[in-house]
Amino acid sequence: MVTPLVNIQGLNVAFNGVPVLRGVDLTLEKGEAVGLVGESGSGKSVTWLAALGLLPRHASVSGSVRLDGREILGAPAGELDRVRGGRVAMIFQDPASALNPVLTIRKQLCEALALHRDLSGEAVKAEARQLLDLVGIPDAARRLEAYPHEFSGGQVQRIMIAMALAGNPDLLVADEPTTALDATIQAQILELLSSVRREMGMAMVLISHDLGVVAENCDRVAVMYAGRIVERAPANQLFADPVHPYAQGLIGALPPLDGPRRRLTAIPGTVPDPARMPSGCAFAPRCALAAEPCGLAVPSLAPIANDRVVACIRAEASRRALLGIAAE
Amino acid sequence: MSGPLVEVSSISRSYAMRSGMFGHSTAVHAVDGVSLTIPKGETLGLVGESGSGKSTTGRIVLGIEPPDRGEVRFDGKPMAAPGTAAWRAQRARMQMIFQDPLGALDRRLPVATQIREPLDVHGLGTPAEREERVRELLRAVELTPAHGARYPGALSGGQRQRIVLARALATKPDFLVCDEPVSALDVSIQAQVVNLLCDLQAQLGLTLLFISHDLRVVRQISNVVAVMYLGRIVEIGSADDLFARPEHPYTQALVSASPAPGRRSAGRIVLAGDPPDPAARPQGCAFHPRCPRAIARCASEVPALTAVGGNRQVACHLATGPRAETRDAA
Repeated sequence: MVTPLVNIQGLNVAFNGVPVLRGVDLTLEKGEAVGLVGESGSGKSVTWLAALGLLPRHASVSGSVRLDGREILGAPAGELDRVRGGRVAMIFQDPASALNPVLTIRKQLCEALALHRDLSGEAVKAEARQLLDLVGIPDAARRLEAYPHEFSGGQVQRIMIAMALAGNPDLLVADEPTTALDATIQAQILELLSSVRREMGMAMVLISHDLGVVAENCDRVAVMYAGRIVERAPANQLFADPVHPYAQGLIGALPPLDGPRRRLTAIPGTVPDPARMPSGCAFAPRCALAAEPCGLAVPSLAPIANDRVVACIRAEASRRALLGIAAE
Repeated sequence: MSGPLVEVSSISRSYAMRSGMFGHSTAVHAVDGVSLTIPKGETLGLVGESGSGKSTTGRIVLGIEPPDRGEVRFDGKPMAAPGTAAWRAQRARMQMIFQDPLGALDRRLPVATQIREPLDVHGLGTPAEREERVRELLRAVELTPAHGARYPGALSGGQRQRIVLARALATKPDFLVCDEPVSALDVSIQAQVVNLLCDLQAQLGLTLLFISHDLRVVRQISNVVAVMYLGRIVEIGSADDLFARPEHPYTQALVSASPAPGRRSAGRIVLAGDPPDPAARPQGCAFHPRCPRAIARCASEVPALTAVGGNRQVACHLATGPRAETRDAA
């Protein structure tokens, strides 16, 4: 079997003794786009911050994160510096705060290029100009001398993407890259991300609370709830036929844009407090299907079809009945 | 059908903005000739991107800000001058809800006290009646008196927005302006609050102006939807078919930019260019520099909002529909 690009196994994170990530398993093949959805506090961002060693010191992280088969969790700083920004790049929701306001775009782009590509002098400048061209900033040569505040929100996100591409990464982790942008600009940025990905053969992790954005831009999707993955499936299957009651709830809570209007199926209650996690399945207190055994043990991810796993004892049962597998 | 509760006729509002430290001040037309009518008990949705003037429209409709030109009539009467007794009486009948519930609540007061505050301010009922009304309001937004004793910090985002809603309903208003009320909430919580708003509207016969950038939420809650671009309404029509059959190229782009799970859209319309700067409004149709279908006429002539059949109105030179026929007939 081919070694996956990234292989995360049993990743746990706790802040001051409070577990926020509780055993996340996720693999990523080369060139693949994987979406991570879930509500705030579900651990979507923490998964990747932990994997890349970007969490503050008081966070305790355990488990395994392999990049091309090499363990990077707890790797020495020197090795991590080559991974971060080099092989794995990350962009965030608020691009303006990720740029230094008192340096020109050229300075910041060239810094990234010098660090990760060993370029110098005119070669750096030419490469920086090419990157700006690639992300669709018009008049790149002149705009290199501009400061971040001279660009609009959408353009700043383009510049962040250019900086992320400076190290020729194999994986781009995009954490809510379009959440702060207007709808028409969001469409532009998503288009740019997918064209860059095709061109460079780069894998992407798209973290978003917006199911539509993930559905359209990813091959596979993992749904997270309270620090765990509860369902993982190919994007088209997940949205056409969600199995986990939480995934069903998320999709049902989304108002339709056409067809008849129906009452939204809201998930009752709120996400549990990480310090007071219910025993057993964390979703059980909000789940319409919950039964007594749900409170006893944490359900583990079990396969229900080719390339599909779900962590729910009830859904498994209903699914089996549906497929007639129960007979065997 | 009952008469309109709110009538807005061609309101405009501009601000002076200085470019640079010593630059000339230029006029920014935040709202430019907007007319709207909201019948009693119905919801008008207002969508648009940042800088489209939707929030300014909301503020003018509420009388928080006077329009430079045009007029707002509430229940058949023009808005009274701010600060007068007549104005205060009108204002008690209308309330506003904002995006950020934590910013709208005082962190150092129990939330029940904050729900009660409008009753104290407007002098409604005896103290005992006010206490009872607070309990009733908490029940209405599906919270318990125990929640009322808490401070905003001890409540979740969805619960806080319910408290803001309860406070807005305290004076039994007829009209509610909701400015991005669910944008800061997670999807599942958003659905709870949207359902609650729909229920309360049906129970209390509220009239709503619902402002949001989220087409889905707007469609869910509105009877009529207006799309704004750079201070003007570019398209208005019934919520059921506006997004299903958008006429204006901008509305078409907005709909196509709103991805749906389960459908990989082929041929998404991706608009070129940035959202325009309200301080540098393009000549002619404000949308023409980004419009994939623009013709020469669009750069020189401002299109007027014109009926195109049904109850749809579109401000576009290229809008098709039955308009041409009506013109021939006339």
